Amino acid sequence: MPPAEPTRRALRHRGRRARVSVVGVLGELLITAGVLVLAFLGWQLWWNDMVMAGQQSTAAAEISQTWIDADVSNRDPAAAPEVDAAEAVDFGEPVVAETAGESESFAVLYVPRFGADYNRSIAEGIGNDVLNSSRSGIGHYPGTQMPGEVGNFALAAHRSANGGGMHRINELRLGDAIYVQTADGYYTYRFRDLEYVAPTAVDVIAPVPHNAVAAPVDRFITLTSCNPLLSTAERIIAYGVLESWQPTSAGPPAEVAAVIDAQAQG
Amino acid sequence: MYAALWRLLPGPLWLRIVLVFVLLAIVLFTLSTWVFPWVDSIVNNQEVTVGRP
Repeated sequence: MPPAEPTRRALRHRGRRARVSVVGVLGELLITAGVLVLAFLGWQLWWNDMVMAGQQSTAAAEISQTWIDADVSNRDPAAAPEVDAAEAVDFGEPVVAETAGESESFAVLYVPRFGADYNRSIAEGIGNDVLNSSRSGIGHYPGTQMPGEVGNFALAAHRSANGGGMHRINELRLGDAIYVQTADGYYTYRFRDLEYVAPTAVDVIAPVPHNAVAAPVDRFITLTSCNPLLSTAERIIAYGVLESWQPTSAGPPAEVAAVIDAQAQG
Repeated sequence: MYAALWRLLPGPLWLRIVLVFVLLAIVLFTLSTWVFPWVDSIVNNQEVTVGRP
């Protein structure tokens, strides 16, 4: 190192020390605060959202697999004939499960429009213990009907952050499949339409949406989330109606099978 | 403030730069593991359900 270097450095240091001031430190603290706020938003909307989405998807795959395994082990190979073409068979009235306990995961949601590998478990209740949970992310409105039941199977999830279970709800198109898997089997709903309502519009989750007095005949599914993105000013509502049902022993619909197989392979 | 912190770092330039990145990594890890989840539990008030005014 050349001998001139230390002196020059020392001079530069002295110059910098002289410039330290209250305003300078305050400015640096304010810049730091701004960076921290941006870092938090990045963490909340991107990093933690991504981490939780992965955890929720893994949890859904686990519970789905336990139902499939339980069915295989309970089945008597001689008594239960294998069904090859599930689409062609009518399995009759869908099985309706008992209402699950508070914050208990009782179903798995598959929506191919939300992503080819999209799966989330549905838990009872719409509190933060369900919606912000890394085990679930989708909440079932207590008091609304169960999958396959006549009436309205109503769900809520975040649009962004906390795994963003319904991030792409606005992309649903008429006829899109919404699959619900339970311990009993697979319920295929078809998306019908979107609606934008005020946060107070409780009648969207009524057994017949928007009609408090009509007796329900159809089997609806209703998804609710917030709208616009990153805002809570309105609610976005997606309605679907049950198309078909098949028991666990008949195997999952093709699109659901693809998700389950992909998860099983890691 | 940051200039003073930089001067506190020991060693030659390359070591100081390495140290800065190590310190940044520690700060980011602390924030994302403990501080941000705690802040989130306070400010996260996103309502996605109907009927709760």
